[in-house]
Amino acid sequence: MTKYDKLVTNAAGRVVPTIINGEEHTPFMGVGKYKPSGRKYGPRIASCADYPEDGNKLVPGLKEALMKSGLKDGMTISTHHHFRNGDLMANQVFDIAKELGIKDLRWFPSASFPCQEHLIQYLEDGTINRIEGSMNGPLGRFASLGKMKGVGVLRSHGGRYQAIQDGEVKIDIAVIAAPTADAFGNANGVNGNAACGLLGFALGDSQYADKVIVVTDNLVPFPAIPWQIHGNYIDYVVKVDKVGLPEKIISGTTQITKSPDRLLIAEITAEFCEKAGLIYDGFSYQAGAGGTALSIGNYFGDILRKNNWKAGFIRAGSNKYPVEMLEEGIVGYILDGQTFDLEGVRSMRENANHVDTSPFTSYNYHGKGNFASLIDIVVLGATEVDVNFNANVVSHSDGFLLHGIGGWQNTLFGKTTIMPIPLFRDRIPVIRDEVTTLCAPGEMIDVIVTERGIAINPLRADLIEKTKDSGLPIKTIQELKAEAEAICGIPEKPDLGDEIIAVIKWVDGTVIDSVRRVIE
Amino acid sequence: MSVKKAMVGNRGKGTKSDCYVELELKASGGVQLELKSKVNSLYGKAISGLAREIMSFFEVRDAYLLIEDSGAVDFVLAARIEAAVKMLVSTNKEFLLPRLETNVGSTKRSTFRFSRLYLPGNSPKLMLNAGLHKPNGLILDLEDAVAPEKKHEARFVVRNALRNLDFYGAERMVRINQGDMGIEDLEYIVPQNVNLILIPKCESDEDVLAVDAAIQKLKTKNNPSNDIWLMPIIESAKGVINAYKIAAASKNISSIAIGLEDYTADLGTHRTPEGNESFFARSMVVNAARAAGVQPIDSVFSDVSDMEALAENARRSKGLGFDGMGCIHPRQIKVIHESFAPSATEIEKAKRIFLAFKEAKAKGLGVVSLGTKMIDAPVVKRAVNTITVAVNIGVLDKDWERQAESQV
Repeated sequence: MTKYDKLVTNAAGRVVPTIINGEEHTPFMGVGKYKPSGRKYGPRIASCADYPEDGNKLVPGLKEALMKSGLKDGMTISTHHHFRNGDLMANQVFDIAKELGIKDLRWFPSASFPCQEHLIQYLEDGTINRIEGSMNGPLGRFASLGKMKGVGVLRSHGGRYQAIQDGEVKIDIAVIAAPTADAFGNANGVNGNAACGLLGFALGDSQYADKVIVVTDNLVPFPAIPWQIHGNYIDYVVKVDKVGLPEKIISGTTQITKSPDRLLIAEITAEFCEKAGLIYDGFSYQAGAGGTALSIGNYFGDILRKNNWKAGFIRAGSNKYPVEMLEEGIVGYILDGQTFDLEGVRSMRENANHVDTSPFTSYNYHGKGNFASLIDIVVLGATEVDVNFNANVVSHSDGFLLHGIGGWQNTLFGKTTIMPIPLFRDRIPVIRDEVTTLCAPGEMIDVIVTERGIAINPLRADLIEKTKDSGLPIKTIQELKAEAEAICGIPEKPDLGDEIIAVIKWVDGTVIDSVRRVIE
Repeated sequence: MSVKKAMVGNRGKGTKSDCYVELELKASGGVQLELKSKVNSLYGKAISGLAREIMSFFEVRDAYLLIEDSGAVDFVLAARIEAAVKMLVSTNKEFLLPRLETNVGSTKRSTFRFSRLYLPGNSPKLMLNAGLHKPNGLILDLEDAVAPEKKHEARFVVRNALRNLDFYGAERMVRINQGDMGIEDLEYIVPQNVNLILIPKCESDEDVLAVDAAIQKLKTKNNPSNDIWLMPIIESAKGVINAYKIAAASKNISSIAIGLEDYTADLGTHRTPEGNESFFARSMVVNAARAAGVQPIDSVFSDVSDMEALAENARRSKGLGFDGMGCIHPRQIKVIHESFAPSATEIEKAKRIFLAFKEAKAKGLGVVSLGTKMIDAPVVKRAVNTITVAVNIGVLDKDWERQAESQV
């Protein structure tokens, strides 16, 4: 099988393969242009006659569960990142695969984390053929150097759901780590010693995978309520001593920043939103993780209090800061995709207005609408943007894959997308002539806020008009780029080979860009 | 010099926008450059080019040069490499990058000095964005914020920063070391259009005069066109007692400051939130400054996490008669500006007094009154001051008078 074939130039001007890992893919055609027809993928029909009448689906261990699920060469295995860097499942699954001598697996995680560096050995020895999912830190480095056997495929959270529903990725075995479950397979993330919030990333997998294994360390009598995952989809339940490390869901990016430079950017961002009239009684916003985004939420809170307003809802990644605003009564609802700390978990458990969501409700492009487009202000980071407002979130300017897409592409559909980013990081300018990897076309990005000025996308004439006498430091994106280069110097182009090591999917499943091998 | 291998700069975890340089002179083999840079794929060629240019400028032909770069910009790289060269080679040459156009020109004796932000002279990572926080002055500190073994290399960073760092409109200040080391520091900063020099631990007028004389000598030699103001810092009981003599020592003094950490140590006490222990000293400095016609500037507030206590401290400081205070963290700047700035009520009152005075003068009246109150000269002077401050910090339009007339 050739890794990739039939290169074409897509609508964004990027050269991408249309055959990837032996399968056919559609090149990016433009935002909203790709309209697939036909019907969605249907999961296999199960019969309850094949399952124990007493509802007890317990098997002695994960190895037995995988063997009963028919684990064999070339299968697609999915795991999920609701424990973020505290995941214990993925490493165990592939340890077992290795022990059983299985080869060429496709790992389909909802995201990967540095704790899965352990899997590099299996990518090297052929147990795992490739990762289709984000490649963080060490895994991204490994892939970038061209060491992965297959071509990586990076999708957004919504794009992952779309790929499952559209039948682009057929999951053979899904392994769901559940902080609480019953023997029937009903499961949730809000209760138990390892409570981590919600299991939304695993929802699609539970519905569509051929075989689904729930692993828990808190087995409760039927029914495990709330049943975020329904036992009707579950084949096997495994009890283990420890299912995940919830304390590791708190990453370094879930604290309000203390950096004066980042606070300055947050302050300018909030001021921009206020002066552009984006904040009003009943408005909604996306509260991202990351110190700057969290500080912006804090400033939004100040603006709400000052005007005696209430935000309609926050789309989160929740942690203690949005939770405080919800409990204070200046926010109506938190619609939560994942919890970033244990306060978020507590609130989700206790507060009916703190609602768990899945990539289907919030992000899935091939649904009958999704609520990402209802959000007024979306605040997102980026590793690079270019003079046409195109943005990159997965690789750095040196070409290495270092981050996943997450919900980033999906939330770009909010009404106003703002990227608060430093103009340069350790001499590396953030605004380039052309992004190293294209993850979003410039038409989706409205405002870039830096510590040295704000650039508004010329497509947003309304925002330009509203802020022209605001006293804010509004500049063109070319002016900002020149300012950074006056300080840092003009960067060289990184040394990248022709070989494609991964592709980036747009939210509709089309291929928006290729990631090239880094030559060291 | 007897040193065989020069090692300068910073390395290791947490190092940003800086670099570490090792230089060893060799007998032959040319310049062997080893570059390990975090930004190698984007700036590797530029960094190597600069390093080789500096080596050839100082005529270093055979050497091993190691650069461990953590994203340093050119003026920092150049400062580090030059500092290393000068530990091994005796030369009077200076490697200077083209000066930023904004880094020329003078400030005034009466320039506002509400806030001045201290930046450690050997920590370039804190420098690049410092001016964006809009302090009135940025102090590149060669004294207490630099460890004794780093004094040599810090001078090059500070010198280059005075030329190549964008201060974003902040007054360009340097705090030199005490005594002879401070006099040596001047050679690095006077020719580079520094606006103001802080002289630490002044105890007598001679301390000021020695620095003043050395500056004049360097100015004659290098002929920089700008004014260089002095801000002596009083940090001891003796200095407090001699405050007026210090404040009046030279016409180049724009301000005098008090440093309370050292002062309270000298008294054998410590700083309290109420500040009773320093009331006399602060008041003395304010009186000495006013008597000498210079600005009295208060000490820094060291708890960077408590903004409410800082605001309280700054209001008390303004109440005592100070014109500004020091900052050790950018987040303190806004709070200090808000606290020292005249309030809306103060501005309105000043406007009414000023207009009444003008009207009375136009009518040839000897006595000015506002309502039932008589207004005398000092009151008018204070009103003019308030208005000037308000206009300068941007809370009052400079055309306010015309606007006030058109409203009538």
